[in-house]
Amino acid sequence: MSAPLIELAGVSRRYDLGDAEPVIALRDVDLAIDDGEFVSIVGPSGSGKSTMLHLLGALDKPSQGTVSVAGRDVSQMGDAELAELRNATIGFVFQQFHLLARTPAIANVELPLVYAGVGRAERRRRAGEALSQVGLGHRLEHKPNQLSGGEQQRVAIARALVTSPRLLLADEPTGNLDSHRGEEVMALLADLNAKQGVAVVVITHDLEVAALAPRQIGIRDGVVSEPAVLR
Amino acid sequence: MRFLEAVKVALTAIAANRLRSALTILGVVIGVMSVVLLVAVGTGARDEVTEGIESLGSNLLIAVPGEPGPGQPPGRRSFTVEDVESLRRDLPPGAEVTTNLTGGERLRAEGEETGGTVVGVTPEYQAVTNVEVVRGDFFGESDLTASRRVIVLSAGAAENLFGERDPLAQQVTIAGLQFRVVGITGEAQAAAFGPQAAGSQVYIPVTTAQRLFNTQQLDTLLVTAPDRDRLDAVASETERILTTGPGVDREVSIVTQDEILGVAGDILDTLTLVLAAIAGISLLVGGIGVSNIMLVSVTERTSEVGLRKALGARTRDITRQFLVEAVVLCGFGGVVGIGLGVGLAALAEAVTPLPAVVTTWSVATAFGVSVAVGVIFGVYPARRAGRLEPVVALRSE
Ligand SMILES: Nc1ncnc2c1ncn2[C@@H]1O[C@H](COP(=O)(O)OP(=O)(O)O)[C@@H](O)[C@H]1O
Ligand SMILES: [Mg+2]
Repeated sequence: MSAPLIELAGVSRRYDLGDAEPVIALRDVDLAIDDGEFVSIVGPSGSGKSTMLHLLGALDKPSQGTVSVAGRDVSQMGDAELAELRNATIGFVFQQFHLLARTPAIANVELPLVYAGVGRAERRRRAGEALSQVGLGHRLEHKPNQLSGGEQQRVAIARALVTSPRLLLADEPTGNLDSHRGEEVMALLADLNAKQGVAVVVITHDLEVAALAPRQIGIRDGVVSEPAVLR
Repeated sequence: MRFLEAVKVALTAIAANRLRSALTILGVVIGVMSVVLLVAVGTGARDEVTEGIESLGSNLLIAVPGEPGPGQPPGRRSFTVEDVESLRRDLPPGAEVTTNLTGGERLRAEGEETGGTVVGVTPEYQAVTNVEVVRGDFFGESDLTASRRVIVLSAGAAENLFGERDPLAQQVTIAGLQFRVVGITGEAQAAAFGPQAAGSQVYIPVTTAQRLFNTQQLDTLLVTAPDRDRLDAVASETERILTTGPGVDREVSIVTQDEILGVAGDILDTLTLVLAAIAGISLLVGGIGVSNIMLVSVTERTSEVGLRKALGARTRDITRQFLVEAVVLCGFGGVVGIGLGVGLAALAEAVTPLPAVVTTWSVATAFGVSVAVGVIFGVYPARRAGRLEPVVALRSE
């Protein structure tokens, strides 16, 4: 059997705060996610969700345990390899969208391709395609401040998708949207998962949002439980 | 990420925050502007002095009392009219001899007044130093022997005193004495002793000047050799005549025009360098400003750095982005500074008597240095940005 897409084994993350007591944001987490899965990770604020997402996305390193992507230990990778991994294999979507201000939607979506070394014309073509997939084919030249929150989040999703990653990590993607726009974004993620087979991990504190995913993982005080107890 | 991509990102970032960008380069703009302006002024001064000295004629020897070398009290007036006469008598034929005695005075005529450098000379002075007389004549030997109060005005002095009217045969008053105008020199009159004298020298017989300044002595003796080959021979002969003879006990230094040119050129080159160095310091301060504001900018854009890293930027992509931004900013500041410097140099030349000559090398150097400032002072902030941890950067909101 091939290695899971991503695997946490005995992972803890501790923040040392000098004089104060260290904060243990994650405790001894074991977790595996396979290609094509749709997973939600649900827990209250401060439970360690973002910490977990950063570890899954190779943005951070564990204090203990190993994080492996496609069977390779992330802690063994150098700067260039990590950049490659984040660029080609993983796509990120954030609660605050993190779009470059005063920059047209299409240029925002092109950004990962710039770092992948893709040429101008090809970049534009693929970014246009990704924006069409999220239903924003008519908003290519709009700047973030000319778009609604839901549209901005869809631009961010297009940006995450444009390199055709195997895994999409979304941290509270609906957190800054009203419930209707939030549902639209979740439907879009589910659709991308179903049609393109990209694995999706959605982090949320909202039980209703979490319930939209077939596999749900609970987290509380840095400890995960599966199946999540949804009440 | 390719280099051109980095430049584009830098331009976008610069355009996105125009005020911050302008503040960042302000120091560089001012630094480059002062380099260009001050070097232009220094070069202008050098050119003008060189020109003035060259126009004196290349076979010219200048004798001044005192030992050669620094540390001697300059301008000890120990030459007299007798020295001029013995040189005339004893130098080989073909050598011309003249002298001067210079003082600054106010000139007056019919209610008008102007400042002038009054130079007492012998008639030979005209030929020896290439004074061009455009109206009337230079005074002659008889004016000298009779110590007549006649004057050759510069074009500038003539215009200041008489305006449109014909100054010839008019009276000019210097220190209460009346002088009759006999000649006018050309517009671009040679500046025999420094640019400040240009266009403001007026000539009177040296015997008259001795009365006017109440002295028996002379400033310098000027001798021309018949040709360049005999310059050295005439120089040693001149020295011999001036330092030997009954009751003569003195040192004389004799300098050629080439030597003066060399020394003056060296002094003015040093002056230009000093000016450039002072301006260079302001450029350095400008560079520190760039560093500071770039650091602030890195802090402000921490989450942008985090995002870029999450999207696949390597450490060196980020470092390069900020470095290119600093270099582009400083290069732009250099261009603006050069524009202002050239403009101010032109303005300085137009409204002040200072000549200003903008040279290609100063412009090229100023631009090169501003780009270098970008590199040097951009490296630290850029490396700081590159080393930001993606998580830390992303969490900073
Ligand atoms: N850089 C940090 N330094 C110290 N404590 C941190 C840091 N990042 C997160 N934490 C702490 O770790 C815990 C988990 O945080 P986080 O993963 O952001 O939770 P969530 O995303 O579920 O709200 C919280 O108690 C938080 O205060
Ligand atoms: Mg969070």
